[in-house]
Amino acid sequence: MTALPASTERALGLVIDLDTCVGCHACVVACKEWNSGSSPAGPLSDTDAYGARPSGTFLNRVHTFEAVPADGRQPRVVHFPKSCLHCADAPCVTVCPTGASLKRERDGIVLVNEDDCIGCGLCAWACPYGARELDPVAGTMKKCTLCEDRIDNLALPEEDRIPACVRTCPAGARHFGDLADPESAVSRLVAERGGIDLMPEQQTRPTNKYLPPRSRDVDVLAPLLEPLPEEAGGFLGWLDRTLARL
Amino acid sequence: MHPAPSIIAFTTLSGIGFGLIIWLGLGAAPDATHLYALILCLLAAGLVCAGLLASLLHLGQPTRFLKAFSQWRTSWLSREAALAMTTLVVFALYAALWVTGTRFLPLGLFAALLAFKTVFATAMIYAQMRSVPRWRSVLTPVIFLLFALTGGALFAGVRGPTPWLLGALGLLQIVAWLWGDRALARSGTTLATATGLGEMGRPRLLEPPHTGQNYLLKEMVFVVGRRHAARLRVIGLVLAVVIPLALILPTEGRLAVWIAADVHALGALVLRWLFFAQAEHVVGLYYGKR
Repeated sequence: MTALPASTERALGLVIDLDTCVGCHACVVACKEWNSGSSPAGPLSDTDAYGARPSGTFLNRVHTFEAVPADGRQPRVVHFPKSCLHCADAPCVTVCPTGASLKRERDGIVLVNEDDCIGCGLCAWACPYGARELDPVAGTMKKCTLCEDRIDNLALPEEDRIPACVRTCPAGARHFGDLADPESAVSRLVAERGGIDLMPEQQTRPTNKYLPPRSRDVDVLAPLLEPLPEEAGGFLGWLDRTLARL
Repeated sequence: MHPAPSIIAFTTLSGIGFGLIIWLGLGAAPDATHLYALILCLLAAGLVCAGLLASLLHLGQPTRFLKAFSQWRTSWLSREAALAMTTLVVFALYAALWVTGTRFLPLGLFAALLAFKTVFATAMIYAQMRSVPRWRSVLTPVIFLLFALTGGALFAGVRGPTPWLLGALGLLQIVAWLWGDRALARSGTTLATATGLGEMGRPRLLEPPHTGQNYLLKEMVFVVGRRHAARLRVIGLVLAVVIPLALILPTEGRLAVWIAADVHALGALVLRWLFFAQAEHVVGLYYGKR
């Protein structure tokens, strides 16, 4: 059914730390690898993969932005991974004519039942974030499943029961958990760091949150380091003084 | 948005077809001969069916199209599909009676109402999209309905209201352009809200996620048509409104009306192409494009 549930028991989602992300794209690769191998609907296809105009289906992509301050300070580079935000008011679900798009009541994950998808593409239009991509080979819509085939999979060791992107992130910039539970680690992280919604004016109420980069104006390491000497001593000091006198 | 030929053909042709059903259902062409009634009914149903078939070409899995009738409670696309089929069935019954000599107007009225709702549902598919600010306006269903009514009136040979419909269409189309050109800016969605980086400075794209194309860029970030938007607007308006008005105002001849209807349909195709090509999806912001 493409009606949205009034509420979900849990709100599983990701918290992405823009302060920590190093832009290595490992999450992009891990996502593509897991979701190509595990899906009964077939791999996430590529077209012309080794040719001049390669194009592929991805559920997660890393953009790199730069924020240019108005006061002339150094611009700040921010790596920005983006995948489905598993919105509470997901516009992609209600537009679906077939019932293939759904928001799961027990955990809030937004999914596509690929057996019902006719590939009309309307859900991808409705998503303001670009989280859905129509696979040209399968002819159906693909999106992040929050690795629902990992997180509840008892055949996997416990540490692997998290989304592939979170498992692989070498910087610890991706966190997975229940954002409906105010005591969960992810909810506390969002509260501490002032986690934000993307495009709040689109009224999608995304589950995934983004932690803004910390200010670099405060140098946290400086007090712990010995100050650099202003004056050189020894031979270099003598040379410095002699050259200055010439 | 990518102006897919299948969707443009579908919305334009079936729009005119449903418009024709509305006028025929309301009793247009009262003195039509059996043969002329048959031609008009076949034209209406043919345009609708051609449009619906074209829409199937747009699907990635067209053989599963029956599933699209199931979600009419929530989805405008599903409502459109269900309404379109119901309209066709009711109209077929009305047409069969008319061609064989009985014009049963209550049934026609019902077909007209259904056709009106179908065009409205088609327009709402676009008007509901917050992600495409230019479409999210009451003007979208108004213009879709005006196109259907105008095209239908011209093909049905309706006299009185047609010049007024043409005038209203031209006027509201211009209003929609003026409004739509500022819709993205007014929506409040910017790269700053899309990334949440606004407080740190003015965000801009430093590196896209990949060097090649992707589905999102092909589907949502279509910039080619916008280059010639001003010229195409003039061409579209001249074809859809000005020439038909010039043809039907001075004469009563049936030939002039038929030519006016065809030229109008051509203009409708141009303007529908622009409706898609000009619409900016907010996902383009993530790619430094619009």
